[in-house]
Amino acid sequence: MDGVPVLNASGCLDALAAPEVAGSLDAFVTKTITPLPREGNPPTRIAETELGMLNSIGLQGPGIDAFLSEHLPRLTEATSQLWVSVGGFSVDDFTTCCERLDGDDRIAAIELNLSCPNVEEAPETAAQLVAAARAATRMPLYAKLSPAQWDVAEAARAVVAAGADGLSLVNTIRGLALDPATLRPILARGAGGYSGPALRPIALACVHACASAVDVPIVGMGGIRTGLDALELVAVGASAVALGTILFSDPFAAVRIRQELDAEAATRGFATPREARAVVNSGKYLEIATNSTA
Amino acid sequence: MRRELLRVVGKEWVGPYALVRLARGGVEPGTPGQFFMLEAPGRMLPRAFSLCLSLPNELGFLLEPIGPGTTAIAALEPDDAIHVGGPLGNGFDLDVSRPLLVGGGIGVAPLPYLSECLGGPPALLGFRSAHHAEAAALVPNAEVVLDPTLVTDALPADPGDVLACGPEPMLDAVEALVPGAQLAREAPMACGYGACYGCVVEREGHRVRLCLEGPVLAAAGAAA
Repeated sequence: MDGVPVLNASGCLDALAAPEVAGSLDAFVTKTITPLPREGNPPTRIAETELGMLNSIGLQGPGIDAFLSEHLPRLTEATSQLWVSVGGFSVDDFTTCCERLDGDDRIAAIELNLSCPNVEEAPETAAQLVAAARAATRMPLYAKLSPAQWDVAEAARAVVAAGADGLSLVNTIRGLALDPATLRPILARGAGGYSGPALRPIALACVHACASAVDVPIVGMGGIRTGLDALELVAVGASAVALGTILFSDPFAAVRIRQELDAEAATRGFATPREARAVVNSGKYLEIATNSTA
Repeated sequence: MRRELLRVVGKEWVGPYALVRLARGGVEPGTPGQFFMLEAPGRMLPRAFSLCLSLPNELGFLLEPIGPGTTAIAALEPDDAIHVGGPLGNGFDLDVSRPLLVGGGIGVAPLPYLSECLGGPPALLGFRSAHHAEAAALVPNAEVVLDPTLVTDALPADPGDVLACGPEPMLDAVEALVPGAQLAREAPMACGYGACYGCVVEREGHRVRLCLEGPVLAAAGAAA
Protein backbone atom coordinates (compact mmCIF):
# COMPACT_ATOMS: atom_id res chain seq x y z
CA MET A 1 0.00 0.00 0.00
CA ASP A 2 1.52 3.30 -0.99
CA GLY A 3 -1.14 5.62 0.40
CA VAL A 4 -0.83 7.21 3.81
CA PRO A 5 -3.32 5.63 6.23
CA VAL A 6 -5.53 8.13 8.02
CA LEU A 7 -6.58 7.19 11.56
CA ASN A 8 -8.30 9.02 14.38
CA ALA A 9 -6.42 10.06 17.48
CA SER A 10 -7.49 8.02 20.49
CA GLY A 11 -10.29 9.70 22.42
CA CYS A 12 -11.42 11.84 19.52
CA LEU A 13 -14.10 9.59 18.04
CA ASP A 14 -16.66 7.04 19.20
CA ALA A 15 -17.12 4.57 16.35
CA LEU A 16 -20.32 3.24 17.88
CA ALA A 17 -21.88 6.72 18.14
CA ALA A 18 -20.69 7.74 14.66
CA PRO A 19 -20.02 4.64 12.55
CA GLU A 20 -20.20 6.65 9.34
CA VAL A 21 -17.27 8.76 10.53
CA ALA A 22 -15.31 5.71 11.65
CA GLY A 23 -15.96 4.20 8.23
CA SER A 24 -14.16 7.13 6.59
CA LEU A 25 -10.90 6.16 8.35
CA ASP A 26 -8.36 3.50 7.39
CA ALA A 27 -8.23 2.36 11.01
CA PHE A 28 -10.14 3.27 14.14
CA VAL A 29 -8.34 3.75 17.44
CA THR A 30 -10.51 3.33 20.55
CA LYS A 31 -10.67 5.68 23.46
CA THR A 32 -8.21 4.46 26.08
CA ILE A 33 -9.41 1.33 27.89
CA THR A 34 -8.49 0.82 31.54
CA PRO A 35 -8.87 -2.34 33.65
CA LEU A 36 -11.83 -0.94 35.63
CA PRO A 37 -14.74 1.25 34.49
CA ARG A 38 -14.10 4.97 34.95
CA GLU A 39 -16.55 7.88 35.10
CA GLY A 40 -13.77 10.31 34.19
CA ASN A 41 -13.32 13.85 35.41
CA PRO A 42 -16.18 16.16 36.47
CA PRO A 43 -17.34 18.84 34.02
CA THR A 44 -16.39 21.43 32.82
CA ARG A 45 -14.20 19.24 30.60
CA ILE A 46 -13.46 21.29 27.52
CA ALA A 47 -12.32 24.82 26.81
CA GLU A 48 -11.69 26.47 23.48
CA THR A 49 -8.58 28.63 23.14
CA GLU A 50 -7.40 30.93 20.36
CA LEU A 51 -5.36 28.23 18.62
CA GLY A 52 -6.72 24.97 19.96
CA MET A 53 -8.66 23.46 22.79
CA LEU A 54 -8.15 21.92 26.19
CA ASN A 55 -9.78 18.72 27.32
CA SER A 56 -9.97 17.08 30.69
CA ILE A 57 -11.97 13.91 30.13
CA GLY A 58 -9.92 11.70 32.43
CA LEU A 59 -10.12 8.32 30.68
CA GLN A 60 -13.88 7.83 30.99
CA GLY A 61 -14.57 4.32 29.79
CA PRO A 62 -16.29 0.98 30.33
CA GLY A 63 -13.31 -0.99 31.66
CA ILE A 64 -11.76 -4.00 29.94
CA ASP A 65 -14.54 -6.49 30.84
CA ALA A 66 -17.40 -4.49 29.33
CA PHE A 67 -15.15 -3.45 26.46
CA LEU A 68 -14.51 -7.07 25.50
CA SER A 69 -18.06 -8.32 26.01
CA GLU A 70 -20.13 -5.36 24.79
CA HIS A 71 -18.03 -2.95 22.75
CA LEU A 72 -15.54 -5.08 20.84
CA PRO A 73 -18.08 -7.17 18.88
CA ARG A 74 -19.87 -4.03 17.72
CA LEU A 75 -16.62 -2.19 16.97
CA THR A 76 -15.50 -5.07 14.79
CA GLU A 77 -18.66 -4.57 12.72
CA ALA A 78 -18.24 -0.78 12.51
CA THR A 79 -14.57 -0.51 11.57
CA SER A 80 -12.27 -1.84 8.88
CA GLN A 81 -9.23 -2.04 11.14
CA LEU A 82 -9.30 -1.74 14.90
CA TRP A 83 -6.62 -0.45 17.22
CA VAL A 84 -7.21 -0.57 20.96
CA SER A 85 -5.71 2.10 23.17
CA VAL A 86 -4.95 0.94 26.69
CA GLY A 87 -3.85 2.87 29.73
CA GLY A 88 -3.78 2.94 33.47
CA PHE A 89 -2.01 3.93 36.60
CA SER A 90 0.55 1.17 37.09
CA VAL A 91 2.47 -1.58 35.32
CA ASP A 92 -0.25 -3.99 36.42
CA ASP A 93 -2.94 -1.96 34.63
CA PHE A 94 -1.06 -2.13 31.33
CA THR A 95 -0.24 -5.80 31.81
CA THR A 96 -3.85 -6.67 32.63
CA CYS A 97 -5.27 -4.96 29.57
CA CYS A 98 -2.64 -6.38 27.21
CA GLU A 99 -3.10 -9.91 28.52
CA ARG A 100 -6.85 -9.70 28.03
CA LEU A 101 -6.47 -8.44 24.43
CA ASP A 102 -3.61 -10.78 23.51
CA GLY A 103 -4.24 -13.05 20.56
CA ASP A 104 -7.59 -11.49 19.58
CA ASP A 105 -7.42 -11.41 15.81
CA ARG A 106 -10.11 -8.73 15.64
CA ILE A 107 -7.52 -6.26 16.91
CA ALA A 108 -4.77 -5.01 14.59
CA ALA A 109 -2.66 -3.22 17.16
CA ILE A 110 -2.51 -2.02 20.74
CA GLU A 111 -1.64 1.58 21.45
CA LEU A 112 -0.15 2.21 24.88
CA ASN A 113 -1.34 5.54 26.27
CA LEU A 114 1.79 6.36 28.22
CA SER A 115 1.09 10.05 28.42
CA CYS A 116 -2.46 11.07 29.35
CA PRO A 117 -2.13 14.56 30.84
CA ASN A 118 -5.49 14.30 32.64
CA VAL A 119 -4.86 11.57 35.20
CA GLU A 120 -2.16 10.77 37.69
CA GLU A 121 0.69 9.15 35.84
CA ALA A 122 1.95 5.67 36.52
CA PRO A 123 5.13 5.92 38.57
CA GLU A 124 7.07 3.73 36.17
CA THR A 125 8.90 5.05 33.13
CA ALA A 126 7.46 4.68 29.66
CA ALA A 127 10.07 2.03 28.87
CA GLN A 128 9.13 -0.02 31.95
CA LEU A 129 5.45 0.11 30.96
CA VAL A 130 6.27 -0.95 27.40
CA ALA A 131 8.45 -3.81 28.64
CA ALA A 132 5.59 -5.07 30.82
CA ALA A 133 3.11 -4.79 27.96
CA ARG A 134 5.59 -6.57 25.67
CA ALA A 135 5.79 -9.45 28.12
CA ALA A 136 1.98 -9.65 28.19
CA THR A 137 1.27 -9.75 24.46
CA ARG A 138 2.80 -10.53 21.09
CA MET A 139 0.47 -8.13 19.31
CA PRO A 140 1.86 -5.00 17.61
CA LEU A 141 2.46 -2.35 20.26
CA TYR A 142 2.47 1.37 19.53
CA ALA A 143 3.82 3.63 22.28
CA LYS A 144 2.05 7.00 22.49
CA LEU A 145 4.49 9.52 23.83
CA SER A 146 4.09 12.94 25.35
CA PRO A 147 5.66 15.90 23.56
CA ALA A 148 6.40 17.40 26.97
CA GLN A 149 9.86 16.00 27.42
CA TRP A 150 13.24 17.45 26.80
CA ASP A 151 14.51 14.63 24.59
CA VAL A 152 11.65 12.75 22.96
CA ALA A 153 14.12 10.90 20.72
CA GLU A 154 15.72 9.39 23.80
CA ALA A 155 12.28 8.29 25.01
CA ALA A 156 11.66 6.80 21.58
CA ARG A 157 14.89 4.81 21.70
CA ALA A 158 14.01 3.56 25.18
CA VAL A 159 10.50 2.35 24.31
CA VAL A 160 11.65 0.71 21.08
CA ALA A 161 14.44 -1.05 22.99
CA ALA A 162 11.75 -2.19 25.46
CA GLY A 163 9.77 -3.78 22.64
CA ALA A 164 7.52 -1.16 21.03
CA ASP A 165 6.80 -1.91 17.36
CA GLY A 166 5.83 1.65 16.53
CA LEU A 167 5.25 5.12 17.90
CA SER A 168 2.19 7.36 18.11
CA LEU A 169 3.35 10.96 18.17
CA VAL A 170 2.14 13.05 19.89
CA ASN A 171 -0.31 13.11 22.77
CA THR A 172 -1.73 16.42 23.98
CA ILE A 173 0.43 18.72 26.07
CA ARG A 174 -0.72 20.09 29.40
CA GLY A 175 -2.28 23.55 29.26
CA LEU A 176 -4.48 25.84 31.31
CA ALA A 177 -7.23 28.26 30.32
CA LEU A 178 -8.83 30.88 32.55
CA ASP A 179 -12.30 32.35 32.39
CA PRO A 180 -11.53 35.96 31.47
CA ALA A 181 -14.31 37.27 33.72
CA THR A 182 -13.38 35.40 36.89
CA LEU A 183 -9.74 34.47 36.21
CA ARG A 184 -10.55 30.99 37.48
CA PRO A 185 -9.64 27.86 35.50
CA ILE A 186 -12.40 26.94 33.02
CA LEU A 187 -11.80 23.21 33.42
CA ALA A 188 -13.04 21.70 36.68
CA ARG A 189 -9.74 19.93 37.16
CA GLY A 190 -7.65 22.98 36.37
CA ALA A 191 -5.21 22.03 33.65
CA GLY A 192 -6.05 19.81 30.68
CA GLY A 193 -4.61 18.40 27.48
CA TYR A 194 -3.95 21.03 24.83
CA SER A 195 -4.65 20.02 21.22
CA GLY A 196 -5.33 21.59 17.87
CA PRO A 197 -3.26 23.71 15.49
CA ALA A 198 -1.01 25.07 18.23
CA LEU A 199 0.29 21.54 18.74
CA ARG A 200 1.30 21.01 15.11
CA PRO A 201 4.84 22.48 15.10
CA ILE A 202 5.51 20.56 18.31
CA ALA A 203 4.31 17.33 16.69
CA LEU A 204 6.46 17.99 13.63
CA ALA A 205 9.54 18.44 15.79
CA CYS A 206 8.83 15.26 17.76
CA VAL A 207 8.19 13.12 14.69
CA HIS A 208 11.28 14.53 13.02
CA ALA A 209 13.46 13.81 16.05
CA CYS A 210 12.09 10.30 16.58
CA ALA A 211 12.21 9.30 12.91
CA SER A 212 15.91 10.07 12.97
CA ALA A 213 16.42 8.11 16.19
CA VAL A 214 14.50 4.87 15.60
CA ASP A 215 13.49 2.75 12.64
CA VAL A 216 9.85 1.91 13.42
CA PRO A 217 6.55 3.09 11.91
CA ILE A 218 5.28 6.40 13.30
CA VAL A 219 1.67 7.56 13.43
CA GLY A 220 1.96 11.33 13.27
CA MET A 221 -0.71 13.51 14.88
CA GLY A 222 -1.14 16.93 16.38
CA GLY A 223 -3.19 19.76 14.90
CA ILE A 224 -3.71 18.34 11.42
CA ARG A 225 -6.39 20.35 9.62
CA THR A 226 -5.40 19.99 5.96
CA GLY A 227 -3.74 17.61 3.54
CA LEU A 228 -0.66 19.81 3.58
CA ASP A 229 -0.47 19.45 7.37
CA ALA A 230 -0.56 15.69 6.89
CA LEU A 231 2.07 15.82 4.12
CA GLU A 232 4.41 17.75 6.39
CA LEU A 233 4.18 15.04 9.04
CA VAL A 234 4.91 12.44 6.35
CA ALA A 235 7.86 14.51 5.19
CA VAL A 236 9.44 14.36 8.64
CA GLY A 237 8.89 10.66 9.05
CA ALA A 238 5.27 9.68 9.77
CA SER A 239 4.07 6.59 7.92
CA ALA A 240 0.45 7.21 8.91
CA VAL A 241 -1.40 10.22 10.28
CA ALA A 242 -4.17 10.59 12.83
CA LEU A 243 -6.86 13.25 13.16
CA GLY A 244 -8.00 14.59 16.50
CA THR A 245 -9.47 18.01 17.21
CA ILE A 246 -10.39 18.59 13.55
CA LEU A 247 -12.91 15.74 13.81
CA PHE A 248 -14.92 17.77 16.33
CA SER A 249 -15.60 20.59 13.89
CA ASP A 250 -15.36 18.59 10.64
CA PRO A 251 -16.41 14.96 11.25
CA PHE A 252 -15.66 13.88 7.69
CA ALA A 253 -12.28 15.61 7.53
CA ALA A 254 -10.54 12.32 6.65
CA VAL A 255 -12.15 12.24 3.21
CA ARG A 256 -11.13 15.81 2.44
CA ILE A 257 -7.63 15.48 3.90
CA ARG A 258 -6.93 12.32 1.91
CA GLN A 259 -7.84 14.13 -1.31
CA GLU A 260 -5.81 17.19 -0.34
CA LEU A 261 -2.85 15.02 0.62
CA ASP A 262 -2.77 13.39 -2.81
CA ALA A 263 -3.15 16.76 -4.52
CA GLU A 264 -0.40 18.39 -2.45
CA ALA A 265 1.92 15.47 -3.21
CA ALA A 266 1.14 15.64 -6.92
CA THR A 267 1.77 19.40 -6.98
CA ARG A 268 5.27 18.70 -5.70
CA GLY A 269 5.92 16.02 -8.29
CA PHE A 270 5.56 13.04 -5.97
CA ALA A 271 3.95 9.90 -7.33
CA THR A 272 2.63 9.21 -3.81
CA PRO A 273 2.59 11.26 -0.58
CA ARG A 274 5.14 8.85 0.89
CA GLU A 275 7.78 10.22 -1.46
CA ALA A 276 7.72 13.45 0.58
CA ARG A 277 9.78 11.57 3.13
CA ALA A 278 12.70 11.52 0.72
CA VAL A 279 12.98 15.31 0.74
CA VAL A 280 13.83 15.51 4.40
CA ASN A 281 16.11 12.48 4.13
CA SER A 282 17.99 14.04 1.22
CA GLY A 283 19.25 16.86 3.37
CA LYS A 284 18.19 19.45 0.79
CA TYR A 285 16.52 21.53 3.44
CA LEU A 286 19.85 21.83 5.21
CA GLU A 287 21.42 23.32 2.08
CA ILE A 288 18.66 25.88 1.91
CA ALA A 289 19.17 26.77 5.54
CA THR A 290 22.91 27.13 4.96
CA ASN A 291 22.46 29.36 1.94
CA SER A 292 19.97 31.63 3.65
CA THR A 293 22.31 32.31 6.55
CA ALA A 294 25.37 32.83 4.36
CA MET B 1 -25.56 13.25 10.60
CA ARG B 2 -25.51 15.67 7.71
CA ARG B 3 -23.09 18.59 7.44
CA GLU B 4 -23.33 21.24 4.74
CA LEU B 5 -22.14 24.74 3.92
CA LEU B 6 -25.27 26.87 4.27
CA ARG B 7 -25.74 30.42 3.04
CA VAL B 8 -27.02 33.16 5.33
CA VAL B 9 -30.23 34.58 3.85
CA GLY B 10 -31.12 36.99 6.60
CA LYS B 11 -30.39 38.29 10.07
CA GLU B 12 -32.69 40.27 12.31
CA TRP B 13 -32.32 41.46 15.88
CA VAL B 14 -35.04 40.43 18.30
CA GLY B 15 -34.32 42.49 21.39
CA PRO B 16 -30.71 41.57 22.27
CA TYR B 17 -30.87 38.30 20.35
CA ALA B 18 -29.79 37.66 16.77
CA LEU B 19 -32.07 35.60 14.56
CA VAL B 20 -29.84 34.12 11.85
CA ARG B 21 -31.67 32.54 8.93
CA LEU B 22 -29.85 30.04 6.70
CA ALA B 23 -30.80 28.50 3.37
CA ARG B 24 -31.58 24.94 4.39
CA GLY B 25 -29.91 22.97 1.62
CA GLY B 26 -30.27 19.29 2.38
CA VAL B 27 -30.27 19.74 6.17
CA GLU B 28 -33.50 18.57 7.79
CA PRO B 29 -35.08 20.58 10.61
CA GLY B 30 -35.49 17.48 12.78
CA THR B 31 -37.55 17.33 15.96
CA PRO B 32 -37.88 20.45 18.14
CA GLY B 33 -35.21 20.38 20.84
CA GLN B 34 -32.68 18.58 18.65
CA PHE B 35 -29.63 20.70 17.95
CA PHE B 36 -27.23 21.72 15.21
CA MET B 37 -23.52 22.47 15.30
CA LEU B 38 -22.90 25.85 13.68
CA GLU B 39 -19.47 26.89 12.52
CA ALA B 40 -18.33 30.00 14.41
CA PRO B 41 -16.16 31.93 11.94
CA GLY B 42 -12.60 32.32 13.18
CA ARG B 43 -13.07 29.94 16.10
CA MET B 44 -11.69 26.43 16.63
CA LEU B 45 -14.94 24.74 17.56
CA PRO B 46 -18.52 24.89 16.33
CA ARG B 47 -21.35 25.92 18.67
CA ALA B 48 -24.53 23.98 19.50
CA PHE B 49 -27.93 25.59 18.91
CA SER B 50 -31.45 24.27 18.82
CA LEU B 51 -33.60 25.24 15.86
CA CYS B 52 -35.81 28.27 16.50
CA LEU B 53 -37.76 28.53 13.26
CA SER B 54 -38.35 26.00 10.53
CA LEU B 55 -39.37 28.02 7.50
CA PRO B 56 -39.83 26.76 3.95
CA ASN B 57 -36.26 26.22 2.69
CA GLU B 58 -34.80 27.98 5.73
CA LEU B 59 -33.49 27.20 9.19
CA GLY B 60 -33.63 30.00 11.76
CA PHE B 61 -31.38 30.12 14.82
CA LEU B 62 -31.85 32.53 17.72
CA LEU B 63 -28.74 33.28 19.73
CA GLU B 64 -27.40 35.69 22.30
CA PRO B 65 -23.94 37.06 21.50
CA ILE B 66 -22.16 36.60 24.81
CA GLY B 67 -18.82 34.94 23.96
CA PRO B 68 -16.47 34.94 20.97
CA GLY B 69 -18.32 32.12 19.18
CA THR B 70 -21.84 33.48 19.50
CA THR B 71 -20.55 36.97 18.69
CA ALA B 72 -18.94 35.68 15.48
CA ILE B 73 -22.15 33.94 14.42
CA ALA B 74 -24.29 36.97 15.31
CA ALA B 75 -22.00 39.06 13.10
CA LEU B 76 -22.85 37.01 10.01
CA GLU B 77 -24.50 38.91 7.17
CA PRO B 78 -26.56 37.76 4.18
CA ASP B 79 -24.48 35.82 1.62
CA ASP B 80 -21.95 34.72 4.24
CA ALA B 81 -21.87 30.94 4.57
CA ILE B 82 -21.14 28.59 7.47
CA HIS B 83 -20.98 24.83 7.92
CA VAL B 84 -23.93 23.37 9.76
CA GLY B 85 -24.19 19.80 11.04
CA GLY B 86 -27.33 18.14 12.32
CA PRO B 87 -29.96 17.56 13.46
CA LEU B 88 -28.33 15.91 16.49
CA GLY B 89 -29.41 14.43 19.79
CA ASN B 90 -32.87 13.75 21.12
CA GLY B 91 -35.57 16.41 20.94
CA PHE B 92 -38.81 16.84 22.85
CA ASP B 93 -41.32 14.02 23.01
CA LEU B 94 -44.28 15.55 21.18
CA ASP B 95 -46.74 12.92 22.36
CA VAL B 96 -48.20 15.13 25.11
CA SER B 97 -51.87 15.85 25.86
CA ARG B 98 -51.70 19.21 27.73
CA PRO B 99 -48.43 20.90 26.71
CA LEU B 100 -47.15 23.99 28.49
CA LEU B 101 -43.98 25.51 27.06
CA VAL B 102 -41.70 27.13 29.63
CA GLY B 103 -38.73 29.23 28.63
CA GLY B 104 -36.21 31.47 30.30
CA GLY B 105 -34.02 34.02 28.53
CA ILE B 106 -32.31 32.65 25.43
CA GLY B 107 -33.92 29.31 26.38
CA VAL B 108 -36.84 30.64 24.38
CA ALA B 109 -34.86 29.60 21.27
CA PRO B 110 -36.39 26.15 20.56
CA LEU B 111 -39.93 27.16 21.57
CA PRO B 112 -41.20 28.80 18.35
CA TYR B 113 -40.57 25.60 16.33
CA LEU B 114 -41.85 23.48 19.21
CA SER B 115 -45.00 25.60 19.43
CA GLU B 116 -45.58 25.22 15.71
CA CYS B 117 -45.26 21.43 15.92
CA LEU B 118 -47.70 21.29 18.87
CA GLY B 119 -50.32 23.61 17.34
CA GLY B 120 -49.62 26.71 19.41
CA PRO B 121 -50.05 25.57 23.03
CA PRO B 122 -49.84 28.04 25.96
CA ALA B 123 -46.35 29.22 26.90
CA LEU B 124 -44.80 30.84 29.95
CA LEU B 125 -41.67 32.87 29.36
CA GLY B 126 -39.36 34.63 31.77
CA PHE B 127 -36.91 37.39 30.84
CA ARG B 128 -34.61 39.69 32.73
CA SER B 129 -35.83 42.85 30.97
CA ALA B 130 -38.48 44.17 28.61
CA HIS B 131 -35.77 44.40 25.95
CA HIS B 132 -35.05 40.66 26.24
CA ALA B 133 -38.79 39.96 26.32
CA GLU B 134 -39.14 41.16 22.74
CA ALA B 135 -38.31 37.54 21.85
CA ALA B 136 -41.70 36.53 23.28
CA ALA B 137 -43.21 37.79 20.02
CA LEU B 138 -41.80 34.64 18.37
CA VAL B 139 -43.95 32.35 20.54
CA PRO B 140 -47.74 32.31 20.17
CA ASN B 141 -49.97 32.33 23.28
CA ALA B 142 -47.12 33.38 25.57
CA GLU B 143 -47.49 34.82 29.05
CA VAL B 144 -44.41 36.82 30.00
CA VAL B 145 -42.92 37.45 33.41
CA LEU B 146 -40.01 39.79 34.03
CA ASP B 147 -37.27 39.60 36.62
CA PRO B 148 -37.60 39.50 39.64
CA THR B 149 -40.69 37.37 38.96
CA LEU B 150 -39.65 33.84 38.00
CA VAL B 151 -41.43 31.43 35.67
CA THR B 152 -41.75 29.06 38.61
CA ASP B 153 -43.70 31.78 40.49
CA ALA B 154 -46.17 31.87 37.62
CA LEU B 155 -46.53 28.13 36.99
CA PRO B 156 -50.15 27.00 37.41
CA ALA B 157 -50.87 24.52 40.18
CA ASP B 158 -51.60 21.86 37.61
CA PRO B 159 -49.17 22.74 34.81
CA GLY B 160 -49.87 19.73 32.59
CA ASP B 161 -47.05 18.48 30.34
CA VAL B 162 -44.19 20.92 30.80
CA LEU B 163 -41.59 21.25 28.05
CA ALA B 164 -38.89 23.64 29.21
CA CYS B 165 -35.67 25.28 28.10
CA GLY B 166 -33.71 27.87 29.98
CA PRO B 167 -30.83 28.50 32.36
CA GLU B 168 -29.74 25.69 34.62
CA PRO B 169 -31.23 27.14 37.88
CA MET B 170 -34.59 27.59 36.15
CA LEU B 171 -34.58 24.01 34.86
CA ASP B 172 -33.61 22.69 38.29
CA ALA B 173 -36.48 24.66 39.85
CA VAL B 174 -38.95 23.39 37.23
CA GLU B 175 -37.66 19.86 37.76
CA ALA B 176 -38.34 20.15 41.50
CA LEU B 177 -41.91 21.36 40.93
CA VAL B 178 -42.88 19.21 37.93
CA PRO B 179 -41.50 15.68 38.14
CA GLY B 180 -42.65 14.76 34.64
CA ALA B 181 -41.22 17.80 32.88
CA GLN B 182 -39.10 17.53 29.75
CA LEU B 183 -36.03 19.71 30.16
CA ALA B 184 -33.74 20.85 27.32
CA ARG B 185 -30.32 21.02 28.98
CA GLU B 186 -27.11 22.64 27.85
CA ALA B 187 -23.43 21.83 28.30
CA PRO B 188 -20.15 22.93 26.70
CA MET B 189 -19.77 20.71 23.66
CA ALA B 190 -16.87 20.36 21.21
CA CYS B 191 -18.35 17.97 18.66
CA GLY B 192 -22.06 17.32 19.21
CA TYR B 193 -21.90 13.69 18.06
CA GLY B 194 -20.45 11.71 20.94
CA ALA B 195 -16.79 11.97 20.00
CA CYS B 196 -15.30 14.37 22.55
CA TYR B 197 -16.96 13.33 25.85
CA GLY B 198 -16.93 17.00 26.81
CA CYS B 199 -20.63 17.51 27.49
CA VAL B 200 -21.28 14.99 30.25
CA VAL B 201 -24.03 15.50 32.81
CA GLU B 202 -24.83 13.40 35.88
CA ARG B 203 -27.67 10.93 35.36
CA GLU B 204 -28.41 8.24 37.92
CA GLY B 205 -24.90 8.38 39.30
CA HIS B 206 -23.17 8.22 35.94
CA ARG B 207 -21.65 10.83 33.67
CA VAL B 208 -23.43 10.59 30.34
CA ARG B 209 -22.91 12.55 27.15
CA LEU B 210 -25.65 15.15 26.83
CA CYS B 211 -25.27 15.22 23.03
CA LEU B 212 -26.30 11.55 22.79
CA GLU B 213 -28.64 11.15 25.80
CA GLY B 214 -30.18 14.63 25.47
CA PRO B 215 -30.24 17.52 25.15
CA VAL B 216 -33.87 16.99 26.19
CA LEU B 217 -33.90 14.92 29.37
CA ALA B 218 -36.83 13.79 31.44
CA ALA B 219 -36.87 15.32 34.91
CA ALA B 220 -35.17 13.10 37.48
CA GLY B 221 -37.69 10.75 39.05
CA ALA B 222 -39.96 10.85 36.03
CA ALA B 223 -41.02 7.58 34.45
CA ALA B 224 -38.90 6.91 31.38
